[in-house]
Amino acid sequence: MSLAFRLCLRRLHRPVLGTLVLWGALTAFPLSASATKIEPIVSPGGITAWLVHEPSVPLIALDFAFKGGANQDPPEKAGVATMATSLLDEGAGDIDSKSFHERLEAKAVEVSFSATRDYVSGSLRTLTENQDEAFELLKLALTAPRFDGADVERIREQTLSELRRATTSPNELASRRWWATAFAGHPYGSPPRGTLESVPTITVDDLKAFTRRVFARDNLKIGIVGNIDAAAAGALVDRVFGSLPAKSTLSPIAKASPQGLGQKIAVDLDVPQSVLIIGGAGILRKDPDFMAAFVLNHILGGSAFSSRLYKEVREARGLAYSVYSAVMPLDYAALFFSSTATRYDRAVQTLEVMEAEIRKMAETGPTEEELTKAKSFLTGSYALRFDTSTKIAEQLVLIQLDDLGIDYIDKRNDLVNAVTLADVKRVAKRLLEGNMLVTVVGKPQPAPAKGG
Amino acid sequence: MRLISAGAALVFTFQIGNAFAEGPEVNNFSLPNGLEVVVIPDHRTPVVTHMIWYKVGSADETPGKSGLAHFLEHLMFKGTAKNPAGRFSQTLATIGGQENAFTTADYTAYFQRIAKEYLPLVMEFEADRMTGLVLTDENVLPERDVVLEEFNMRVANSPDARIGEQVAAALYLNHPYGRPVIGWRQEIEKLTREDALAFYRRFYTPNNAVVVVAGDVTGDEVKRLAEKTYGKVARVAEVPPRVRPQEPIPVAVRQLTMADARVAQPSLQRSYLVPSASTANPGEAEALEILAQVLGAGETSRLYRTLVVEQHIASGAGGWYQGTALDDSRFGVFASPLPGVTFATIEAAIDAVIAKVAESGITPAELDRAKTRLIADTVYAEDNQSTMARWYGAALTSGGSVEKVTSLPARMRAVTIEAVQNAARTWLDKRRSVTGYLVKELPENQEKRS
Repeated sequence: MSLAFRLCLRRLHRPVLGTLVLWGALTAFPLSASATKIEPIVSPGGITAWLVHEPSVPLIALDFAFKGGANQDPPEKAGVATMATSLLDEGAGDIDSKSFHERLEAKAVEVSFSATRDYVSGSLRTLTENQDEAFELLKLALTAPRFDGADVERIREQTLSELRRATTSPNELASRRWWATAFAGHPYGSPPRGTLESVPTITVDDLKAFTRRVFARDNLKIGIVGNIDAAAAGALVDRVFGSLPAKSTLSPIAKASPQGLGQKIAVDLDVPQSVLIIGGAGILRKDPDFMAAFVLNHILGGSAFSSRLYKEVREARGLAYSVYSAVMPLDYAALFFSSTATRYDRAVQTLEVMEAEIRKMAETGPTEEELTKAKSFLTGSYALRFDTSTKIAEQLVLIQLDDLGIDYIDKRNDLVNAVTLADVKRVAKRLLEGNMLVTVVGKPQPAPAKGG
Repeated sequence: MRLISAGAALVFTFQIGNAFAEGPEVNNFSLPNGLEVVVIPDHRTPVVTHMIWYKVGSADETPGKSGLAHFLEHLMFKGTAKNPAGRFSQTLATIGGQENAFTTADYTAYFQRIAKEYLPLVMEFEADRMTGLVLTDENVLPERDVVLEEFNMRVANSPDARIGEQVAAALYLNHPYGRPVIGWRQEIEKLTREDALAFYRRFYTPNNAVVVVAGDVTGDEVKRLAEKTYGKVARVAEVPPRVRPQEPIPVAVRQLTMADARVAQPSLQRSYLVPSASTANPGEAEALEILAQVLGAGETSRLYRTLVVEQHIASGAGGWYQGTALDDSRFGVFASPLPGVTFATIEAAIDAVIAKVAESGITPAELDRAKTRLIADTVYAEDNQSTMARWYGAALTSGGSVEKVTSLPARMRAVTIEAVQNAARTWLDKRRSVTGYLVKELPENQEKRS
């Protein structure tokens, strides 16, 4: 809304798949082994956090996550987690919403909260000199959010306004339809932001119940980066998180696999460009084949300007601006996605090209040369994920959420390099051979002319 | 302390609250062929962001060829005689480098993010494509389709983007900022290989470019590398001063209504023609920055407080100022009405908020909060080499300078309540503005109103 002169990036990955971390674009926390040293700390109060002490920039970045996000929304009340997290900075303790925001601004403290399907996360950035105020406000937001009636209604209106916009957004429709079909009856089938029907029914009690159940110390992961040592970090962790309940009470979530595979669902919408999503079963993060799947995905539709989908769909045929694939391991399901957007009268052709590439990859796998290049890219780009305090803090939390161990950063490039051609070929079959669920949103395509 | 080693060294010291923020040592020099270089060291991670910024954007296009600057940006990835199709990208894909490019009205920039040992390699590639581009219809025409799909994605599929284009086009009566960066569709469709090459030869020359390197490097290192790579590129063209047709003094309050069947949430946006950081009198752009913070940034802003919280007539409201621009720029306000609220109600509320600032100024607390935030941004930026590279690159290709970037905190600190009030009074005059209403369908009485 606020960009006066639009930036035209040559290529853009559209976040059509919702709020989850896409592994195709985001994995790989890389660190050149020499640069960043992670200290595991345990606070005097017994809370674990990972710390990178970086004295050269006068700021502190703190990221954290509580396991249990939108998947904890009560049935029929999709949107509770999102709404609760949106309200955390709208007043807490004795401080009303207006004063809360003013105090953050007065010290230039940046804080944000969000809910994904599997966790609630938060991120705080402060100048070192303002840390006391910053962490006091964060503590209040997490332990004593007010959920005042007027603020709840205001955030509800904002959410409904966004949801109204979403009703004619091809990306949103394609994504919502995909998830609703693949996970009918499962919490993953509900959109994390909720629906026009569910959001009006959410009560203050729902919001309070959510934070009470989810914000606890046993499902908490913390990453801290900046000009702060271990002792001070321990004290700050206790101060912010120490008064949370020891145990969360999360509803159990059933493991699930995507349903409706083999179906193609068309949703009519009068837009010039159709959006399509192809999705199927993926490979869980803990599965020994995960890294091979990750490398394979890079070759098929990952982030470099050299993936097979990029070459075939964009470069050779000019069918799309953005085309990609991604592996998405959730806590209770694993997914593979591929997506693009193309002129409505070329949607069928584009889908055919993508399906043919996926099929070809399933049948014959990558070449040795592709594998070598992919490994070289993935290991070489490792350090790029670690060049700001904020990025490092985020990665520290993600590694903990995935339970990969504090030495993961040191091992990670070896794990990539250990993937063999036989691995990726085997995994190509496992990941790509099965049926997929396709959603296409756009104008119906005219029947193809015969004989041409 | 920030040190700029340019021709004449300038030294700045600035204070953030109680702590001294020590900025990086920024090196700035030029090569004999006219290429300017900026180096921003950050030694925390062995990574480098390398960018080349050309002083050419959509506002430098010949009328009738809208979208050409951006189209050429796409075509710059098609290879040279020395490094044919794909070799540069293939190399980056092998070494684990990230790359991309972007175009605005005033500049076109290309970047790579790489492990530092590959800096010489990417400088070699980038210097080569400064003058060595080879284009054929076989690679140009499919890429034009790609750009049309980008247009579909960014504009045609988005009612919000479409009305944004309409408002800008109506605001600029004479200046090419009224043209969309991506171009008008019917002109994009006709852009050719010859158009792109002619544009390339006019503007892609070392004396029209700025190289910015941020990360684990030193000024001396980059200077040596730049001399060995970019230094070997001869000037291709003498680039004339960037004089675009300027705006007359605006005199009419303008309104437009755009209907799009896909609009599920109506919205209002208004743009005012205001000075940019390079056209403003001293202190004026800084006052506009503060004004944008106080009026429109976040939940403590006056527009949000008044329309969303107190009067409960909008689900969202805010404002912005685009200070970085070579010519006169824009100040914007926007709001999304709650169901059942008319645009007239929304607009009256916005007008009252602005009138109040023009009449009685802002409070000292508002001024302090806005300054703190804008100054803290400069510290936060130092944590991010890419952000730093972008700040310097954008400034140097939009009429600014290294000194303009490093002096930002001091300039913000000097802004007074009176200056902010004056900025509101002088520039947020409705006669300088266009207001756009985005609706699902035109009201019945639209004919009579217009």
